[in-house]
Amino acid sequence: MKIHKYKQCGLNIVIDVNSGAIHVVDDVVYDILDFYEEKSKDEIINSLKERYSIDEIKEGIEEIESLINEKMLFTEDMYKNIVLNDENPSFIKAICLNIAHDCNLRCKYCFASEGNYHGKSELMSFEVGKAAIDFVIKNSGIRHNIEVDLFGGEPLLNFETVKQIIEYAKSEGEKNNKNIRFTITTNATLLNDEIIDYIDKNMGNVVLSIDGRQNVNDKIRIRRDGSGTYSDIMPKIKRMVEKRHKDKQYYVRGTFTHENLDFYEDVIFLADEGFKEISIEPVVLLDEHPLSLKEGDIPQIFEQYDKLTDEIIKRSKEGRYFKFYHFAIDVNGGPCIYKRISGCGAGHEYVAVTPNGDIYPCHQFVGNDKFKMGNVFEGVINRNISKEFKNGHIYNKPKCLDCWARFYCSGGCQANNYNFTGDIHNPYELGCMMMKKRVECAIAIKAKLSEE
Amino acid sequence: MKHIKTINNGVLKNSVNKPGCKECANSCQSACKTSCTVANLECESK
Ligand code: SF4
Ligand code: SF4
Repeated sequence: MKIHKYKQCGLNIVIDVNSGAIHVVDDVVYDILDFYEEKSKDEIINSLKERYSIDEIKEGIEEIESLINEKMLFTEDMYKNIVLNDENPSFIKAICLNIAHDCNLRCKYCFASEGNYHGKSELMSFEVGKAAIDFVIKNSGIRHNIEVDLFGGEPLLNFETVKQIIEYAKSEGEKNNKNIRFTITTNATLLNDEIIDYIDKNMGNVVLSIDGRQNVNDKIRIRRDGSGTYSDIMPKIKRMVEKRHKDKQYYVRGTFTHENLDFYEDVIFLADEGFKEISIEPVVLLDEHPLSLKEGDIPQIFEQYDKLTDEIIKRSKEGRYFKFYHFAIDVNGGPCIYKRISGCGAGHEYVAVTPNGDIYPCHQFVGNDKFKMGNVFEGVINRNISKEFKNGHIYNKPKCLDCWARFYCSGGCQANNYNFTGDIHNPYELGCMMMKKRVECAIAIKAKLSEE
Repeated sequence: MKHIKTINNGVLKNSVNKPGCKECANSCQSACKTSCTVANLECESK
């Protein structure tokens, strides 16, 4: 598939898959593109002459030809060899520290099985954290930037250790000339002024979980006793965001499930509460789970994405822009092709560490023995697993090679692929549908806003 | 052009000339981590 075309926001949009070029075209060109590659010029004129004048069709064809010559339409893939011949070693430059395999909440969709990842509740000690920092610095090789993600369970259950690890990482980073950035993901229940200040100073990003409207949040994000968390967390999240230094990142993030397929309302609710950086994600659960998204939910999900697209365009024009993470695609920039092909880097550029120091390809594989790669105290990792993940790029994924969204998506989430299809190379279909939709919406927003 | 308006002339093919330094951020797509795709990332070597 060399081009992808679709209609949205009253525009005919054409994406040239391999070059990344994006065009808005009129109806003539849109229709010519249906059979441009299969038919001769005369055949095209013949099939369309009832609808358009012959001159118009000829002009359209000429414009298409000129874009082809400039390598902006029907471009061939020119990256495959770069990837397949890439013998450069991977360096681990991002690490997820599961600071606590425990949680004070019992959110109904939790992939970590209420925080403990199907194992026993456990907190990471400073010794393990320290060894993990040493491990990532040592394995980061020539990379200068390192990311450390403080994750859980709920990492603030173990805040003293978080502080110790960060202080240690900062000083080691300096010694070794590494730029270490920290992110923390929290359910916000334990935030207080001291913690808020600390997070603001030390974390490059803070991810705050809330699902949107009170009734939606309180059905799912609950305490052990079943009570909802909204009235506790909303003021704390607001305080965190208020105190957050203006140049620094935060995200207010939630999850939508089969129970709130009208998640447009939740995004708008959060925007109207004053948040500017919002992310509402599709839940990922196996089919038998009552909250899981089903294929039959797709039309409604797409309709919600369309509504959001229109609303974001409207608010942007009125100067009331907020960033919805799924639509935040930088069409004029973004990472280079090397990164786009390698994707999330799980298992070779990114690993997760459990409270006892075990290493897994990422937080989603934690607890699955087949994927255990080693331990931070041993310092070495299973290179076969690493290699398998490194080679799990789009050129080894038949479905992705046929997919127009491959350079935006880069092959899906390996963990979802594995959990749904048993093979990291075989994408999770529902995820693909939503991915393609969100890329379409993101590009439509850019196209619409560039009209003026 | 009369029929086609180009919004972007090909960010991918131009990026082949970038160093491919892989210094950019990690991009986890999973829902529990704000599901970033590579397309959301910023390039570190402008
Ligand atoms: S995972 Fe799905 S959406 Fe992503 S590139 Fe592959 S086929 Fe396309
Ligand atoms: S495999 Fe999925 S969950 Fe793991 S790092 Fe990659 S995108 Fe994220």
